Amino acid sequence: MHILIYGIINSIALSLISLGFALVYSISRVPNFAHGALYVTTGYIVWLLINKLTGFPYPLAILVGIGITGIIGALIYRLVLIRIRGMEISEIIATYAIGVAILEGLRWGGLRGMTFTLPVFIPGSVDIFGVVVDYQRLVVVILGAATFLFLYFFIHHTRIGLALRGIAQDERAAMMLGIDSDMTAILSLGIGSALAGFSSLLLLPLGNIIVEAGYSVLIFAVAVCITGGLGSLMGTIVASFLIGFAQILTDKFLSTHYQMVVALLAIILTLIIKPSGLFGKQKELEERV
Amino acid sequence: MEQLRKERVDRSLKVRTEGLYAISSIEEILYLIGPRLLFVAGILLLPLIFEAAPYWKRVVNVMCAYALVAISFDFLSNFVGLVCLGGALFTGVGGYFTAIYNRYFSFPIYLSIPLATLSGALFCTLVLLPALPLRGVYFAIITLMYPLLFSRIIEALNVLGGTNGITGIESFPDPYIEHYAIILPMLFFLFATRRFVNEDIGLVFRGVKDNDQAVRASGINVTLIKVYAVFIASLMGCFSGAYIAHMYMWAGLSLFALDFSVIPIASTVIGGGGTLIGPVIGSFILVPLSEILRAAGTLRIVIYCVVLTLFIILKSEGLMIYLQRKYHQFERWVKV
Amino acid sequence: MSGEAILSVSKLSKSFGGLRALVDVSFEVKRGEIFGIIGPNGSGKTTLINCITGFLKPDGGKVYFKEKDITGLKPHKISQMGIARTFQIMRPYYSLPAYKNLIIPLWSPRAKRLGGWRGGGRHGDRDTVAVDILEEIGFERDSRVPYKLASTLPTGYQKRLELARCIALRPEIIFCDEVFSGLSMSEVAGMIPLIEKMKMEGITLIMVEHRLRELFKVADRVMALNFGEKIAEGDPREVIEDRRVREAYLGREGV
Repeated sequence: MHILIYGIINSIALSLISLGFALVYSISRVPNFAHGALYVTTGYIVWLLINKLTGFPYPLAILVGIGITGIIGALIYRLVLIRIRGMEISEIIATYAIGVAILEGLRWGGLRGMTFTLPVFIPGSVDIFGVVVDYQRLVVVILGAATFLFLYFFIHHTRIGLALRGIAQDERAAMMLGIDSDMTAILSLGIGSALAGFSSLLLLPLGNIIVEAGYSVLIFAVAVCITGGLGSLMGTIVASFLIGFAQILTDKFLSTHYQMVVALLAIILTLIIKPSGLFGKQKELEERV
Repeated sequence: MEQLRKERVDRSLKVRTEGLYAISSIEEILYLIGPRLLFVAGILLLPLIFEAAPYWKRVVNVMCAYALVAISFDFLSNFVGLVCLGGALFTGVGGYFTAIYNRYFSFPIYLSIPLATLSGALFCTLVLLPALPLRGVYFAIITLMYPLLFSRIIEALNVLGGTNGITGIESFPDPYIEHYAIILPMLFFLFATRRFVNEDIGLVFRGVKDNDQAVRASGINVTLIKVYAVFIASLMGCFSGAYIAHMYMWAGLSLFALDFSVIPIASTVIGGGGTLIGPVIGSFILVPLSEILRAAGTLRIVIYCVVLTLFIILKSEGLMIYLQRKYHQFERWVKV
Repeated sequence: MSGEAILSVSKLSKSFGGLRALVDVSFEVKRGEIFGIIGPNGSGKTTLINCITGFLKPDGGKVYFKEKDITGLKPHKISQMGIARTFQIMRPYYSLPAYKNLIIPLWSPRAKRLGGWRGGGRHGDRDTVAVDILEEIGFERDSRVPYKLASTLPTGYQKRLELARCIALRPEIIFCDEVFSGLSMSEVAGMIPLIEKMKMEGITLIMVEHRLRELFKVADRVMALNFGEKIAEGDPREVIEDRRVREAYLGREGV
C-alpha cells in the first residue's frame, strides 16, 4: 500500500517536473536543458520575496515567481536560441550552458546549505489506508492532475493551442498560414518555464531549495520525456508512472541512491533500444542514421 | 555615399609556399614551419618557464591534460561528426582503471597508465557502441548521461572507494617526469591526429561527418569507422584521466565531474573547432583562468558557460582560425 | 537486347505506417542495359532504390543480384558486391576538395580488392587515380576544378561528382537517382555521352528519372510506377503510349 500511494505521488511529481520540458519540445522542438535551473530559480525567487521583504504575501510571491521564470524562459529564446534555431546540438549546449551558469551563479550567490525552505501550502498530514501522507503531497497530486487536464484542454481545444500544435507538426506550413513560429516558440518557452516554476513551488516545500535539485530535475525530466517519446504528452504521463514506480521500488528495496540510476538507465536504455520512445512518432529513418 | 567592402588577399608568401612548389629561401621555410616550431618549443619549455612559480607548474600539467581531452572532443565532433558531451566519461574511466591497476594489482606507474589508457579506451568504446548508430542529438544526450550514471553507480554500490575515491595511488617519481609525461603525449596526439585526418583513412572519417549515407553507399561500414573514431578519442581522454589520477594520487568521483565535459567543449569553441590546435590554445587560456578564479568558487563555471554561450550564439570562428587567417592573408577595404 | 538477368526483383513491397509505398513490384534488369524507372511524384521510385540498395528494409519480396539473394543486407555489403548508387539530394563531402571526394570510395574494400580504377594505382597514389576518374567524367584535368572544394562547385559538376563517386567503386550496376534533375539542357546534353560511355564499358545503369525526354534518348527499357505499383514495362515508346502511364502523369481527364 505504501508503495502504491507513494508511487502515485512520485509519478505525478515526475510528470509535473517533465511537463514543462515536454511542452517546450513538442511545440518548438527546443530541448530546453535549462529546465532544471529554471526550476530552482523560481524557488529561490519566492524564497527571497517572502523572507527578504517582510509581509510579502505567499500567494502573491508564488505568482510573481512563476511570472519571472516565464519571462526568463522567453528571454532565453529571444536572446539566445533564436540565433541558433534548428542546430540541435548547439541548442543543447547553449541551453545547458545557460542552465549551469544560472545554477552555479546561484550557488556562488549564496544558495548553499539547508536553510532555504518554502512553507507548505497546508500543514499537517492525513492517514490514507494506514499510510501517512502530508497534505502538501495531496496538493501535488490534485494540482498535478488538474494541470495535466488543463494543458490537454488548452492544446486540443483553444485557438492558441491549435496554433502551437500546427507549428509542432509542420513549421513551414504553419508559417505559410500566417502563424509566427518565433512568437509561438517564445510563448512555448515562457509557458514551459512557468510550468517548471509551478512544479518547483509545489514540490520544493517538501524539501530544501538546493542547487543539486536543478541537475536532478533536469535529468528526471529528460528521462521521462525520452522514455515516453519526445513530443508526446501522453507518453510523458505513462513514462512518469513507469519511472516513478521504478524509483519507489528501488528506493524501498535497495537504497535512495538508485533513484538517479533508474532515471539515467531509463534514458540510456530507451535511446539505445528505441530512440523515439514509447509513444514517439518519429520515423525509423530519423532516429538512426 | 561610397560603400566599402572588406577584401581578403592571400599573402604572397603563402601563395609561393603552397603545394609542392619550390621552397627557395629561409624566409619561406620559416613561414611554413615557424609557427609550428614556436608552438612546440614554447610548450616544451613551459615547465622551465614556470620554474619561478612552483604553484603554477602543476597548472601546466592540468592545462595539458585538459588540452588532450579537448583534442579528443574536437576530433570526434569536427572530423567524425559525433558530438560527445561527456569528456568526463573518458577521464573518469581512465582514472579509475589506473587506480585499480595501481592500487589493487600494484602495477607500477609506467605500466598502469598505458594499460589504463588501452583498456579504458576499450571499455569506453564498448559502452558507447550501442549508441553509435543513433542520430547526433541522441548520441550527444547519451554521452552527457554516461559520466553521471557511472558516478551515481559507484556512489550507490559504494565500490571503488565510494564517495571517497581511491587514495594512495603512486605519484610520479620526479616533477620533470610528471611534466613531460603529459606534455610529450599531448604533442604526440596533437600532431598524430592532425596527420591522421589528412591521410586517406582520415578522409573517410571526415566523409562520415559530411555525408554518412554516401560513405555507406561507397561500401564502407560506417559504424565500424565510428568505432575506430571513438576508440582513438577515448585513448586520448583515458590517458588524460589516468595521468590526472596519478598526479593527484587520487581517483575520485570528481574525475566524472562536469569540468571534464564542459571545459574541453568551451576550449574547442573558443580556440576554434576543426583545427585541433585551437582546442589546445583554448584550454591554455581557460585552465589558467580558472586557477586565477579559484578563489571565486563556482563563479568560474558561470564564466565558462557565459563565454561558451556567447561564442555559440555569435557563431564565432574561434581564435585559431582567426589567427590563421591573419597569418595567411591580409585585409583591405575596397570600394564596391 | 538479350542476356542474363543481372538483377531480379520479385514482389518487393514496403509500407510506411498506413502508406503503401511499394506493392509487389517485380522486374528484371539484364546485364549491360540502361533501364529506366519512371513515375509521377510519390510513386515509390526512390523507395524502390532504397529497398534494393539496403538503405531501407523491404517488408516483403526478394532481390537477387547475379542469382544471389541480397534482400535486407546492409547497404555497405550490397555496394561492396558491386551495386553503386547516387542520391537524389546531392550532398558531396563539402569539406573536401573534389578529387578527395573520391578517396572515400577508392578506400573501400571493394576498390582495394579490385586494385583501384581499371586495375591501376595501388594504395600510394589514390590521388592520381581520383583525378583520372574525374577527368574521365568531364572535369578538366589541368584546370583548378578538380582541386576546388566540393561545396564551391556548380551543380553540373556536383552531379558528375556523384557519378564519379559511383564509378570509383568499379560497380556492375549503378542506380542513378534523378541525375538529370536541376540541370540545364546543355548540361544534360553533356551528361548523355558519359552515360553512354559507361554503358559501353559494360556497366548496367538503372535510372530513375523525371525528365522523360532525356531518359528516352538513352534508355533501352523502361518501367513505370504509380502509387507503388508497376503499371507498365517495356520499350520506352510503348510505355509512354500506355494508357495507364498517361493517366498516371496527366490524370484521367487528360488522356
